[in-house]
Amino acid sequence: MMVNGTVVALSRIQFAATALYHFLFVPLTLGLSFLLAAMETVFVTTGKPIYKDMARFWGKLLMINFALGVATGLTMEFQFGTNWSFYSGFVGDIFGAPLAIEGLMAFFMESTFIGLMVFGWERLSKGQHLAVTWLVAFGSNLSALWILVANSFMQNPRGAAFDPLTMRMQLTSFPQLIFNPDAQSKFVHTSVAGYVTAAIFVAGVSAYYMLRKRHVELAKRSFRMAALFGVLATIAVITLGDALGFVDARVQPTKLAAMEGLWKSEAAPMPFNLIAFPSQAQRRNVADVRVPYLLSLLVTHSLTGTVPGADALERQAVSRIEDGIPAVQALHVLARNPTDAAALAEFDAHRKDLGYGFLLERYAPDLNDASPAQLERAARDIIPPVAAVFWSFRVMVALGLLMLAYFVIAVLYTLRNRIQRKTWLLKTAVWMIPVPFIANEAGWLVAELGRQPWTVFDVLPTWMSASTHSVAYMAFSLIGFVVLYSVFIAVEMYLMVRAIRLGPAEPGDAGGPGSQVRPSLSPRPLPAAPYGGRLEG
Amino acid sequence: MSLYAILQVIWWLLLGVLLMGLAVMVGMDMGVGAILRYVGRSDLERRIALNIIGPHWDGNQVWFILGGGAIFAAFPLIYATAFSGFYVVMLLLLWTMIMRPLGFEYRSQLASPAWRNVWDWVFFVSGAVPMIVFGAAFGNLFHGVPFHFSWDMTSYYTGSFLGLLNPFAIAAGVLSFALSAMMGALTVMNGAEAAMFERARRLAQLAAVVAIALFAICGPWVHALDGYRLIGGPGPGVPQTPLQQSVAVAHGAWLSNFAAHPLLWLLPVAGFAGMAGALLAARAARSHLGWWLGALAWIGVIGTAGAALFPFMLPSSTDPSMSLTLWNSSSSRATLLWMVGFAAFFVPLVLWYTSWAFWVMRGKVSAEQITRGDEHAY
Repeated sequence: MMVNGTVVALSRIQFAATALYHFLFVPLTLGLSFLLAAMETVFVTTGKPIYKDMARFWGKLLMINFALGVATGLTMEFQFGTNWSFYSGFVGDIFGAPLAIEGLMAFFMESTFIGLMVFGWERLSKGQHLAVTWLVAFGSNLSALWILVANSFMQNPRGAAFDPLTMRMQLTSFPQLIFNPDAQSKFVHTSVAGYVTAAIFVAGVSAYYMLRKRHVELAKRSFRMAALFGVLATIAVITLGDALGFVDARVQPTKLAAMEGLWKSEAAPMPFNLIAFPSQAQRRNVADVRVPYLLSLLVTHSLTGTVPGADALERQAVSRIEDGIPAVQALHVLARNPTDAAALAEFDAHRKDLGYGFLLERYAPDLNDASPAQLERAARDIIPPVAAVFWSFRVMVALGLLMLAYFVIAVLYTLRNRIQRKTWLLKTAVWMIPVPFIANEAGWLVAELGRQPWTVFDVLPTWMSASTHSVAYMAFSLIGFVVLYSVFIAVEMYLMVRAIRLGPAEPGDAGGPGSQVRPSLSPRPLPAAPYGGRLEG
Repeated sequence: MSLYAILQVIWWLLLGVLLMGLAVMVGMDMGVGAILRYVGRSDLERRIALNIIGPHWDGNQVWFILGGGAIFAAFPLIYATAFSGFYVVMLLLLWTMIMRPLGFEYRSQLASPAWRNVWDWVFFVSGAVPMIVFGAAFGNLFHGVPFHFSWDMTSYYTGSFLGLLNPFAIAAGVLSFALSAMMGALTVMNGAEAAMFERARRLAQLAAVVAIALFAICGPWVHALDGYRLIGGPGPGVPQTPLQQSVAVAHGAWLSNFAAHPLLWLLPVAGFAGMAGALLAARAARSHLGWWLGALAWIGVIGTAGAALFPFMLPSSTDPSMSLTLWNSSSSRATLLWMVGFAAFFVPLVLWYTSWAFWVMRGKVSAEQITRGDEHAY
């Protein structure tokens, strides 16, 4: 069990890079599929063709995004095995199930019906097509649910126990796995963040058309739907984010300490670090700006509640590591003889701290002569990189509040039908487009960097989870991904911007400024097609 | 047999079904991609070929994703050991496969012939390479894979990438490619007319002949290889690690299951019958019948390989007694049981709505449909 530290670091960089990249596309799909279904529902119930044009136009942009989401999702499905093989063998009995169910229950549904959604306009009745569009939306959101059930096992392992007979974690309760409280708040928080992303995207692109006085009817209606959807979704994201923080305070106190830059435990009511510059080496914030009382209120919803700081958590870790040493030692015996009664009893007495024993093995491969200094070092590891988590968290929250303010203003003007005259707001809307993407990435960083040093919280340390590759292999794959993904994003952005510039193909639009772009590229008259942009050539 | 042992066998069979689903459904799309430049000579013809599979490639690809997920859930040690061991191969597979969705969505977005030409080559690479890699990976199982475990189940792979390119593996890879090209050609015949239909018809026959020849050669070849035999260990339905069994290596042992259970010979017979039937059906221009016979060929070929290897799933050449079998690499009883429940409900449901999707989009794709652009728009 010695994986080269450089290999672990490169494996982490590769996983983070490919996951963050994948997560650029997924939230937009989650939200846009629901917005499409809503637009089509309005079309079917009111019969107004403009809503069909809307569904088709936004559907076209959805597909450009969806392609890259699917493509990069392939990497994620296999990367646990290729790069985290010890992790996969150790918790695959539990972690694999939600991934397989995701494919079976959700992704099959989404992918099969998205083909019909795009190609089936002429072949399905209105009602059938609407049902298909809703199935795509439900499928993509169900996918997110199962992926987050799997992720929540890493954050808050429930329904599993280590079995010395098979030398791995095994499922003890499926209901506990899927009804993990972390999974519930995280699913809603994450999928609703996807709705916010789509709302900002649709509002921003619609604002672009209104500013240029193109496709104004379509843009106005799209903007209004997006703003209403967005304001509700943003409120939900913030509420559920708060609930998630409340869960984290109990199940992942180290993550919370990092999020809040909390090095020292303090008495209630605890102040909140609005701004801080944490130093991991000095175990303190080099500078900070604090708001009295606020932290207790935020994370315990009371003035008398406290949460432990890094100092108390490290002290606790020391005793858990000491308790974990006999568990790991018993495991060595059981590996040779799985029925050794004394070792089994010893293991059972200390099993809850097995993971902490593993933490120490990193610095003391032979636990028999672990020094107090090595123990201290292992205990320090349990605090995630504070500055990165602290700032990712603040970026996410600040952008969330910014989006809420923006949507509230947007809703006020769009409901009073004055949005077209508010040029400053329309310009802001265009500039808002990157904001939710940054917030999503920051959220991923809070959740996953904040989980360190574990791949499975309190159970399996990251340092022993990676595959035993050579540095050369890892360099090769990392460079390959960087090159390939850079080309992909360039192509995607180009096509997306181009499709937006071309705009929707509206029948009544023939003489409008929007159509001036088209004839130069396409000599043919343009039908209202979901793939209007594909018709050239 | 205990419930756990029965569940292990059920999941071994289900994994077989998923692999067959993957081979048939993804193989057909990749086949179309690989032969795109041959069956489609003009841009319009190539778009016709792409639009034949256009409404379905996305759903079909989930067979591949689900295959990965199901191995992870039901046989986590196989997932962990095989995917990390075959690292460079897996990267080749991934990097070529992730270009394919982009090919479908992005190729026809721009009119530039150079742009489209690049994507047509992408379809060739992302169709041919994965199918060859799938087959070659399977072929390597018969040689054993150089991996071993430490006391705590950390797996170490000690082979090289080039070691995976041995003659038997290459033959298996080409067999897999030939079958997918055959299925791709039959699929093009199903959806295209005239000159494209004729080109695809010729290609389907050629691919079927190649596949028959390779499958026939693989039989005696496997017999000549050293096979593995499980001679002791905790056995079926017992929680265990791969460090507790003994395995013997013997000449010709890969065929011992067939000797013990002669009914298993029906699997290679089905394989040959499917390929020969597809050949004749293509010749007679009856592509729908040919497609189903091609599916039968896949079932026969994958079934033959699985039956020969049983109970081995990932034999180790470094230390044969550390080979992974369905008994020592499966998930726990609880996981297998829950997953059987989900599969029993959702697999039939998936087959039902997939059939419906194909039925909705049935019929030929015409040039007129594409230029009109109200559907078939890739």
